[in-house]
Amino acid sequence: MTDSVKNKYSILLPTYNEVENLPIIIWLIVKYMTKSGYDYEIIIIDDGSPDGTLEAAEQLQKIYGEDKIVLRPRERKLGLGTAYIHGIKHATGNFIIIMDADLSHHPKYIPEFIQIQESKNYDVVSGTRYLGNGGVHGWDFKRKLVSRGANFLTQLLLRPGASDLTGSFRLYKKSILEKLIQSCISKGYVFQMEMIIRARQFNYTIGEVPIAFVDRVYGESKLGGSEIIQFATGLLYLFATT
Amino acid sequence: MTKLIEWLTVFGCIFCAWAALVTNKIENNFTKQYFSVILYSPIIFVVLFGVYAAMVVLYRTFTFNNCEEAAVELQKEIKEAREDLSKLGFKFKKRSK
Ligand SMILES: Nc1nc2c(ncn2[C@@H]2O[C@H](COP(=O)(O)OP(=O)(O)OP(=O)(O)O)[C@@H](O)[C@H]2O)c(=O)[nH]1
Ligand SMILES: [Mg+2]
Repeated sequence: MTDSVKNKYSILLPTYNEVENLPIIIWLIVKYMTKSGYDYEIIIIDDGSPDGTLEAAEQLQKIYGEDKIVLRPRERKLGLGTAYIHGIKHATGNFIIIMDADLSHHPKYIPEFIQIQESKNYDVVSGTRYLGNGGVHGWDFKRKLVSRGANFLTQLLLRPGASDLTGSFRLYKKSILEKLIQSCISKGYVFQMEMIIRARQFNYTIGEVPIAFVDRVYGESKLGGSEIIQFATGLLYLFATT
Repeated sequence: MTKLIEWLTVFGCIFCAWAALVTNKIENNFTKQYFSVILYSPIIFVVLFGVYAAMVVLYRTFTFNNCEEAAVELQKEIKEAREDLSKLGFKFKKRSK
C-alpha cells in the first residue's frame, strides 16, 4: 500500500423524493468519514423532486461546505443509470462510491469498503446481503424467499463471482466505473446486475463486504411490482449475451 | 462464449451420450442391466435437482439474517442526527404524514 498518492472518494447520492432521508444520510456519511479520516466529497444528484429534497440539500451544503457537498441537480426524473453518469462527470475523486439515499445502505460500511479495497487493490467492492453477517431488516417471509430464489437462479445461470448482484452499494475505481458504464446497455434495476457481470467479463477483481440492509424507513419505494419481471428479463438477457 | 452457449454445449453433450445409450448405440452388460434407470435418468436428475434447489433456497430463507440490532442502532442514530442537525441550524420540513 502506498500513501504517496492521496486517495479521494466521491460518494454519489441520487435522490428522488428523499427530503426526510437526505439530512440523516449526509449526517451519517460525515460522521463516519470524518472518524475514519479519508478524503471525500458527496455529490447529490436530485431529479427535480417535488418534495423539496433540493432545498434540504442546499441547507446541508451551507452547513458542511461546498467542498464536501456538491449539488448536481437535474430538471426532471431521468432515471438512476443516467444519474450516475451525470454524477461521475463532476466527481473529483479517484474512487467512486455509489449508494442509495434512503438509509438502507448505512455509511458505517464505507470505511470497511475502503479497507477491503486497499487490502487487495480490488477494482470493485460490492456490499452483499447474502454473506456472513449481512442480511436484511423489515422483509417478510415471502420477500426473503423471492430474494433467495432469485439469487440462487442468478448464481446458477451466471456464476458472476459476486454474491449480491441486485444491491447497489458499491465502491469502484473511477476509471473502471467509467468503462463499465460505457459497456452497460440495461436501464434501471438490471443495470446493477449488468455492471457486476461485465466486471467479471473484463476480469476485474471484486471484493465483498457483508452489509445489513435496513428497508427504507421514510418515503415510498420507487420500484414496484414490475421488479420481478425486470429481474427475469435482465437475467435472461445477461444469460444470452455475456 | 456466452453462458447460454456454455449451457447448450454441456447439455448437448450429455444428451448425446444419453441418446446413444437409450438407442443402444453403446451396449454392454451394464447398460442392459440398468436400462430403465438410464432411460429415466433425465427425469430423475431434474427431480433431484429440484429438491436440492428447494432445500437450499428454503434453508437460506430461514437463515436470512434479520439484522434487528442494525435497525435499532439506525433508529438511535436518526434521533441523534436530527438533534445535532437542528443545533447546526438545519430546518426540517414538517412531516407530511
Ligand atoms: N436522481 C434520481 N434518483 C433516483 C431516481 N429513482 C430513484 N432514485 C434514488 O435512487 C435510490 C434507490 O431508489 P429506491 O427507490 O430506494 O429503490 P430500491 O432501493 O430498489 O427500492 P426501495 O428501497 O424499496 O424504495 C434512492 O436514493 C432514490 O432516491 C431517479 O429517477 N433519479
Ligand atoms: Mg432503497
